[in-house]
Amino acid sequence: MLARQFTPLNRLSSLRIVSSLKYSAFSGSRFLSTIAILEQRDGQLLKGSLSAFTAAKRLGGTIHGFVAGTNVSAASEEAAKVDGVDQIIKVENELYEKGLPEVFAPLVVENIKKGNYTHVIGGHSSFGKSMLPRVAALLDSQQVSDVTTIEDDKTFVRSIYAGNAIATVESSDSIKIITIRGTAFAPDTSTSGSSQIVEGVDPNAHAPAEWVSEDLATSSRPDLATASKVVSGGRGLKSKEQFEDVILPLADALGAAVGASRAAVDNGYADNSLQVGQTGKVVAPGLYLAVGISGAIQHLAGMKDSKVIAAIDKDADAPIFQVADVGLVGDLFEKVPELTQKVKTK
Amino acid sequence: MPPVRILVPIKRVIDYAVRPRVNKAQTAVETAGVKHSMNPFDELSVEESVRIREKKRAPGGVEDICVFSAGPPKAQDVLRTAMAMGADRAIHVEIKDGEDLEPLTVAKLLHKTATEQKSNLIILGKQSIDDDAAQTGPMLAGLLGWAQATQASNVEFGEDGFVTVTKEVDGGVETIRAKLPMVITTDLRLNKPRYASLPNIMKAKKKPIIKTTLADFGIENVKRLKVLKVTEPPARQGGEKVQDVDSFIGKLKELACRA
Repeated sequence: MLARQFTPLNRLSSLRIVSSLKYSAFSGSRFLSTIAILEQRDGQLLKGSLSAFTAAKRLGGTIHGFVAGTNVSAASEEAAKVDGVDQIIKVENELYEKGLPEVFAPLVVENIKKGNYTHVIGGHSSFGKSMLPRVAALLDSQQVSDVTTIEDDKTFVRSIYAGNAIATVESSDSIKIITIRGTAFAPDTSTSGSSQIVEGVDPNAHAPAEWVSEDLATSSRPDLATASKVVSGGRGLKSKEQFEDVILPLADALGAAVGASRAAVDNGYADNSLQVGQTGKVVAPGLYLAVGISGAIQHLAGMKDSKVIAAIDKDADAPIFQVADVGLVGDLFEKVPELTQKVKTK
Repeated sequence: MPPVRILVPIKRVIDYAVRPRVNKAQTAVETAGVKHSMNPFDELSVEESVRIREKKRAPGGVEDICVFSAGPPKAQDVLRTAMAMGADRAIHVEIKDGEDLEPLTVAKLLHKTATEQKSNLIILGKQSIDDDAAQTGPMLAGLLGWAQATQASNVEFGEDGFVTVTKEVDGGVETIRAKLPMVITTDLRLNKPRYASLPNIMKAKKKPIIKTTLADFGIENVKRLKVLKVTEPPARQGGEKVQDVDSFIGKLKELACRA
């Protein structure tokens, strides 16, 4: 590791860093270089994964993007247009299409070694959560998960205990691997950049596991994790039918994504993928409207960074009202349809 | 399929229903005198292991269910609970009160343990509700070079030697399959953990706990991450409560302008 800064390859990239110092928020970042792990599905770049570039710019130094899969030309070209990115590394191989961590982690490790990166950033998505700790273990690095603020190149802020405490940690690892909370770093969708696209190294490792199938909920509504408005239903909805009759029209009238509490999911009112909370999705929309949700701490962990929280519940003492900017106390089966009607005719 | 030897790592954490408080010195969350229990995701791991045996799901049978915890002396309580739920035996790596281990260190301990115990299936929780890191399972799979299935909501054993796992992923579910050995991490929808019955709690007292230390593993508690401070999150102030929809809409409009 010590010899790293003397290799010709690195001297080259450190020259590049000087030119990109304008992106650097910190001093002492001369030898800093970040690889941002991007996600794609069927050749389409997942916009949410561009949050990794936003976080990388907070670090300063050179920024490379990484994408791999069956047909990743379009995705890499799109990523290459993000401002301030120095290079996109792509690996075209069917082996990586489904992001199986058993093969994707060794692939990322080889590309990290080749590029001598000091920082590796990926989203705290289901892919990032399963793949990056594997990378960290292979590189003997202690990952920092679900980072919400980058203070400097080694100091990161993350929430612990379901968001009931905020920890600031300093990493002493030579390769710092972090996953970031997407809602804390808006995806960088700028398009005036023109970085170079290069082929990455491909170890073509043996896969001890195989992908069988997937079943993804398709919806015309906005994506829960990135929506600007979310309407969430809880136990108070009492059944799947009533959840659909009451929550969906309001969400559609507002152009909002639909969320649910764990109670609503466990009782089968809503799909698992809609769960908001410590063990589900963490959202931070402009408006979060909680309907029939009492506000357990595990649920609050998933939504308390929303700009405006509104709640409708018949129990005036429900904990949700302690965090809601505005609360409507009343029977949701009367109040929500009335609200929906008034939003529609507005 | 070979007989299954299951290793179930479990963690003692502050009970999920307790609201954690940051200590005065802002160095950590206050743990003294606070109710602790088994990490909820680990209860699912124990339950799944016991069900695999009870329902005879593994064609080769289940030879052993060993629970493991690295923690303070009181971590024995959660090991006893797991044995009352049906685990056969336990390994306790004793750590001093107030100390904790980073996921990478735990993964290294488990790597050695799995090798020594000849485990071929390791079932962990997807994350612990204290540190919320969600790392130990995939790290362990990486160190062992095994297949992994994270956030499992369904696990099936086939006659063909494959274990098929449905995983909860962003936007839905994904199914993968692999032959043993493998690492599985559990998600909420996998099962409903049982309560230990009084006779089983009594029986669990007779089951063996092997006591070890980090030194026995030749592993030191190296901290790669230094905690600089721990603070309370900024508190939200509850706003106004209204009784009718019109005032609700009015207030929302007002808030939308401010936001």
